Formats: sequence, C-alpha cells, structure tokens
Amino acid sequence: MDLKSNTPTGPIEKRWQNHKFQLQLVNPANRRKYKIIVVGTGLAGASAGATLADLGYNVLSFCYQDSPRRAHSIAAQGGINAAKNYQGDGDSVFRLFYETIKGGDFRARESNVYRLAEISVDIIDQCVALGVPFAREYGGLLANRSFGGTQVSRTFYARGQTGQQLLLAAYSALSRMIAAGKVQMRPRCEMIDLIVVDGRARGIVTRDLVTGKLEAHLGDAVILATGGYGNVFYLSTNAKGCNASAIWRAHRRGAGFANPCFTQIHPTSIPQAGEYQSKLTLMSESLRNDGRIWVPRKPEDCTKDPRSIPERDRYYYLEEKYPKFGNLMPRDIASRQAKFVCDQGLGVGPEIDGVRRGVYLDFTDAIKRDGVEVIREKYGNLFDMYERITGENPYEVPMRIYPATHYTMGGLWVDYNLMSNISGLFVAGEANFSDHGANRLGASALMQGLADGFFILPYTVADYLARNGPSKGVDENHPAVRSAIKEAEARINQFIEVGQKGTHTVDYFHRKLGMILWNECGMTRNEKGLRKALEEIPKLHEEFRAKVKIVGGGETLNRELEKALRVDDFFELGVLMCLDALERDESCGCHFREEHQTKPDPNVPGSYGGECVRDDERFAHVAVWEWKGEGKFARHVEPLNFEYVKLEQRKY
Amino acid sequence: MGETIDLKLHVWRQSGPNAPGRFEDYTHYAKAIPTHASFLEFLDIVNERLILAGIEPIAFDHDCREGICGMCGVVINGRPHGPRKATTTCQLHMRHFRNGEEIWVEPWRAKAFPIVKDLIVDRSAFDRIIQAGGYITARVGSAPDANAILIPKQVAEEAMDAAACIGCGACVAACPNGSASLFVAAKLGHFNSLPQGKPELDRRVLGMVTQHEKEGFGGCSNHYLCEAACPKEISVKWIAKMNRDFIRASLRYAPPVERKEGYG
Repeated sequence: MDLKSNTPTGPIEKRWQNHKFQLQLVNPANRRKYKIIVVGTGLAGASAGATLADLGYNVLSFCYQDSPRRAHSIAAQGGINAAKNYQGDGDSVFRLFYETIKGGDFRARESNVYRLAEISVDIIDQCVALGVPFAREYGGLLANRSFGGTQVSRTFYARGQTGQQLLLAAYSALSRMIAAGKVQMRPRCEMIDLIVVDGRARGIVTRDLVTGKLEAHLGDAVILATGGYGNVFYLSTNAKGCNASAIWRAHRRGAGFANPCFTQIHPTSIPQAGEYQSKLTLMSESLRNDGRIWVPRKPEDCTKDPRSIPERDRYYYLEEKYPKFGNLMPRDIASRQAKFVCDQGLGVGPEIDGVRRGVYLDFTDAIKRDGVEVIREKYGNLFDMYERITGENPYEVPMRIYPATHYTMGGLWVDYNLMSNISGLFVAGEANFSDHGANRLGASALMQGLADGFFILPYTVADYLARNGPSKGVDENHPAVRSAIKEAEARINQFIEVGQKGTHTVDYFHRKLGMILWNECGMTRNEKGLRKALEEIPKLHEEFRAKVKIVGGGETLNRELEKALRVDDFFELGVLMCLDALERDESCGCHFREEHQTKPDPNVPGSYGGECVRDDERFAHVAVWEWKGEGKFARHVEPLNFEYVKLEQRKY
Repeated sequence: MGETIDLKLHVWRQSGPNAPGRFEDYTHYAKAIPTHASFLEFLDIVNERLILAGIEPIAFDHDCREGICGMCGVVINGRPHGPRKATTTCQLHMRHFRNGEEIWVEPWRAKAFPIVKDLIVDRSAFDRIIQAGGYITARVGSAPDANAILIPKQVAEEAMDAAACIGCGACVAACPNGSASLFVAAKLGHFNSLPQGKPELDRRVLGMVTQHEKEGFGGCSNHYLCEAACPKEISVKWIAKMNRDFIRASLRYAPPVERKEGYG
C-alpha cells in the first residue's frame, strides 16, 4: 500500500503557502470539461461542491436526506474555533495548532494541523460574508467564548445552533450554484459502491432511495464527505441515517482505513432512558463552563432527590482530581471519569444493564452567582431541550448526563492533499482521519469540515485534474462499471430473499452489535474484551445475514433494506475497530487500553492515576488498514514526525 | 422500564404519490408504549411489531432526532408536530399522551408537497425557493475580515431569530391556504436584516416570492396558524416585513444591464 503523505517540508508556517504554489492550476476555460462527484452535503461536502462549482467545474452532488440542508453538521451546537485573537488573550495560529496536536495526544500530522489552524481565520471571514449570524457584542464586534477546556476565548458561535447556521450558509452557497446550473443535486440517493478503473476513482454506484433504481455516475474525481461512523454503536449522537457505507465500500475497493479505533465519546449527553431508545441527544459541552459535575459519595444516596444531598456528601470528582481545569477537562478524560464513578456504583438515574449510567451537572451555584436570567440567556435553548426530553426542569433539579459516542477521528487515510491512496478519490471532513489524532477538541469539527471544503480541496482537486487530464475511456458499458452494478444488485437481492423468511429486525442485530462494541471497544478497552468481541461480531454478522427480516422489495422506498445494507457494513467495520484497538497496544487520547494507565503516586498529593500511558517508541504512527478480502485486513504504518511539538504526557 | 400506556393508533398509509391512501388501525401494535419514548420511537416500536407480523412498516422521514435537521414531521390529531408548543415530532414524548388516547397520524397535506409514501412528502419546493435567491453571493477568497463589518447585537439577534427556521414545512401543513409564507419570510428576514444581505435584497425578495407562487403554495391571509405550529417559534412579523420589501422591490428593482466592455 502506497502511503506517501506528500507533506511539505520547510518552516511550518510557510508549508501550505509553498505547497499551494507547487500545485498546478486548471485553465478557467478547461474547468467546464471536468465533472466532480461529491458525496455528502454536510459542511465539507456542501462547501467543496459550492466552491468547485463557483470556480467553473461541473459538480454532481449526492445526499441520502430529502434535502442537502439536513446533513448532520446541522446538529453541532457549541461553536467553531478560529485563531483570530479578537479577544487579545494570547491566542495565535501556533497556539491553536499546538493545542490541537496535544489534545489529539500526538497522533496527528503536524503539517495538516498547522494548516487547519492557519485556515481557521479565513473560515470566519467567509462565513460572516455568507451571512452567518454569529453572536455579537453590543459594539457590533464578534463575540467569543472559551470552550471545552481552552484557556483562550477563540470559539465563535450562533446561540446553541452554530452547526445549523454554518451548514445553512454552505447549503445556501450550494443552492446558488444549483441555480446557476453548475451543481446537479441528487437528494434521497445513496452511494452503494465506488468504481475504480486502473487504480483511479472514476465514479460511484448509487441507489435511488425512492425508486430503488441502481445507477452508475462517472466523473473525473470523487470526493467523499460522508461523515463519521459513530452509528456503528447503534446509540450515538449521530443522526439515524449517518452511516459508514460510502467510506467502507471505498475501503473494500482498496482505500486505506486509518485509526478506526479512534472514536470520541462526548461527556455530556442525556442518559439513556430505556431499551427502545433510538439515539442519544447531546447537550453542548459549553454547559460545563457553568455547571458543576458530581455524584453522591455514598451509593445509598444515588436514588435520593439530589437537592436533599448535603454538600459534604457530594463528590465533585473532576474538581477534586483536576483542580486546575476542573469541570472543563478534555472530552476523553471527562468521559472516562464519568464511567469510572458509575462503574463504582455511584451513578444516578435509571439502571441500564445493572448500572446507573448518569452523573449530575448542577447549575445551582451558577444560578446563585449570576441569577437565573443570565443562565437562561446563555443556555436557555439547551435547558428547554433537556426538559422536553426528560420531563425534568434543570433550573430546579440538576441535569443528568452521561457520555455518548459522538465523533470518529478515524476514517479513510488521506495525504496532505486529502487524497486517499486511490488516485482521484478525495476524502473530506469527518470521513477522513486527518487532523484530530486520537481525540478531537471541542469546536474543531466545524472548523475542519469548512477548511477542507472551502479552502483545501479546491486547490488540491485542481492539481489532480491538471496532472491527470479528463478521464477517458470509461462509460456505462465499461466492464468495471457493469460489474459494480451487478454486485450491488446481487447484494440487494440476497437481502430481499433472506428478508422474506427472516426472524429478527435489522435494529435487533444493530443493537446487539452496538452493545458488544460499546462494552469492549468503547470508553475503555482491554485485550481480553477485544478478543472476545472479535469472536462474537463475525458470528453475529453471520446470523444477521441468515436471519434478518425485511418486508417489501428493492424497487421501492424500503427503509429496512437501506438499514440492512448499512448495518452489514457496520459489522465489518466493527471487526476492524476491535482489531485496530487490539494492535494499538498503548493508551492515547480516546483509546484507553486498561493495561496502559498511570498508577496513583502516593508521594504526589492528588495523584489518582488512571491516565493514558502512550508508547511513542512503538506507536507514534498512523495505523492504516488494507482490505484483504472478507474479514481479513493487513496493517500498514505511516510514521509521525514531530519537529515543532514536544511529545509529552498530557497533564492537567 | 417505567410507565407504559396503550394507544388507539390510526396511521395514514399510501404506497405512492398517485395511489389511493387510507387510515389503517394499528391499535393492536400500539400497546405498552413507554412514556419516556419519543413519538418517533413510538413509531419505531410499532414498526418493529409490524415487520415481525410481515406487514410493511410505516414510512416516515426523520434523521437527527434532536429537533434541528427539520426532516421529521407528521400531523398528529390534526396538528403539525403534535400538541406541544415549540416541539418537533422527534422531541415530542409519549408522556404527553393519556393511556387509551386515540392518535391519528397523517402526512403534511399541501398541494406543493406531494406525498412520496405513507407519511413522507416531497419538500423539494423549499429547495427551489432557496435557489431562487436565498443566499448571499460571497466567493471564497474575497471575504473581508470578519470584524470589518460591525453588526449591532440587536440586529444579529434578530437575524438569528429568523435564521432559526429548520425548513420542516409545518407552517405549510398548518396553513388553510397551504402557504409557505413563513418559511420564505424567515429566510428573507435572516439575510435582509444583515448588512451583508442588503446588496441583493431586491432581487432576493422578488426571486423567492415569485418561486413560492410558482410552486403552488397559497397566499397568506393572516391566520397565523403557521406561527402557532412552528417548532422554532418564528414570528409572523417577518411576513409583514417580506410584504413591505416585496412591494418596494417591485417598484424599484431593475435587473442589472450587462455592459459590454472591451479588454482594450
């Protein structure tokens, strides 16, 4: 597997500038000769499609929802980071770069992350120009807040709906290009396979979700901006339709899958209420700026009204263990600590699988200090949402929160140009692995999606087209195209046939798969559990393929069939996640191998242990997996070199 | 598992846009529903039972299930998104229904929203309205520094009020005229309030209002049922503003004349 990262060298602050100059351009008159396929219309996909079309390329855009405006970027609440230093509080591009690398526990490429920090400032300019109604101060300047453990205020936000406003801006830019005839939009249309001819990505196979029709679409380059794979766990904060099929099918066609075990668990989600539950709802972690997290010190208090528990019997575990950062600890640590206290029997709320999975997030002190109106102004919509879902009033009773799968740092491997190891296949946003290492900092997913789409792909895709010219000699009758459609047809027919006599629904199997992964490859992992999961998942997968129940045929709108195809891919991905977690015999960021953690130090006051112990000697690299046929994978490595950042243990 | 309730459930079934539709009685499948479940989870539970009984599950649109993507939405007992104020279908919970209550579930009904299947409708008309002007033209690369344009807090907040629209279509389903005035006015209100949106204001309002009519949506006759149904509580004041801007634009707007200039 060819893993040339094409990372530029030289002074880090000049690398992107120099690299851009090296990239070839396409003559404006020639751009209209090219067709670019973009799958997904979230921040990365919509911004890439709009920008490439504005430059003169023809864009063919796909989304599975009924409109490109629904992509799940829309649900991001908290904000978007940018190293503007508008607050004059010591922020800089270098600081954002440094914190992102460190937050990712030193498992990302320096060059990529520096570029991300550098571009962050342009993103805010572009979004304001597009009409994003960011929060303002009375003087009319942009407002910022500190977010998720940073000591500078660099987060721009639009109430608790930043993702919505950014996505609608990208969608409006895309709509302008649809009206101009430069983007052809295909909603309710899902990618089923990638077409690769002579090592180049030449197109995709799609299924029209209303008519069931399978079609091949050919183009000169393919961009996958299809989001993350958090729904592999069944319960996650992702939208129900989010899936891994586009990147997984590309993986099966030869694209390397990088760091699949890096899945982020977000600390502040509303806890699960019962087995029927279909998704978890996130509460923005900006709540941790004012809320205090605690559990009762005594297990017998866990079922009591929290207001009746006196101060001395409350265990503010983050404040006690990490007095410097307190409740603003990074996501991975905050999540694990919540799991630890609940596993010790101190959790609150309903029991799921014998454990009370919840901790309190308490605003009593903040309300006393600032008054209820100030809190309402800051978090009113989140409090309302909490009340709608739980039926409890968080102004009076402390909220209950618990970690939930939220974001996947792993994804298809890409080089500095965001191109996978398949020539002409680009991957952007959460779908790639590039910028967040083993843990993503808050308010940086929106930043990455827009950086990739607005500011990186338009240059690097042009370079690819300029170097390779229009794709020739591939049409609908090409054997590779016909066989890709045939394979898709056969796979669908197989499910329809089995489905007639099946005994259990798709969700039944998906829930079971999710439970295995959540237990063995979730917030903490160990060798024994991972080996167990690697035995259980293929067995369950076999059972799924033999016993899944699907009513109705393939030539119509059939949601169960859609789900079955996605879950089928999740099973294979689940195996690879466990394999990757097993082989990465260290702890880093979100990947907490129980075998590799710090021990409490009796000589250091406040030393509790339980932190990640990295093994930089053996694992300062990206693990890139190659598909070797059903259930078989080969592991390759891209070493990571650090010139600007000193590898250190994250200490808080 | 907490408290459960039994419901008398009637759901609109329709296999395609031109097929005849009818209500089916699914009371048998709507027993022992946990009150903590959301309305969509209630439909999930019913579907799971239907599938195992060999009946095609009820098709309904949904995605984020946290009230922001705008994809879900059904009419529950005659009210778009059901009985709760400022709540999308996905965030409506079964604790707001009584044991034994009768529930009638239908799709959005409007001429401009043809039925795709069961509870799913085609809302692509909304996308075409946005394409007719619901944007600010800003090429990547030419944006000035974000703080170069000062926007008073109040203006930014007002624009945000309008921009909160999730494009679900409940306003249309609620309106006796099948009008999408609130949807169009919200998008116009968002862009037209901001200094960045002013240069294209006239063209935007003419384009979007004209497209709204072309799609077959009705006109506004001030029932305000849209505002009552809107899960994001968008105010009808934006419709008044839209009408004013439309009249003004109709009087003063002239499409730009293409000036042919040589290159020397």
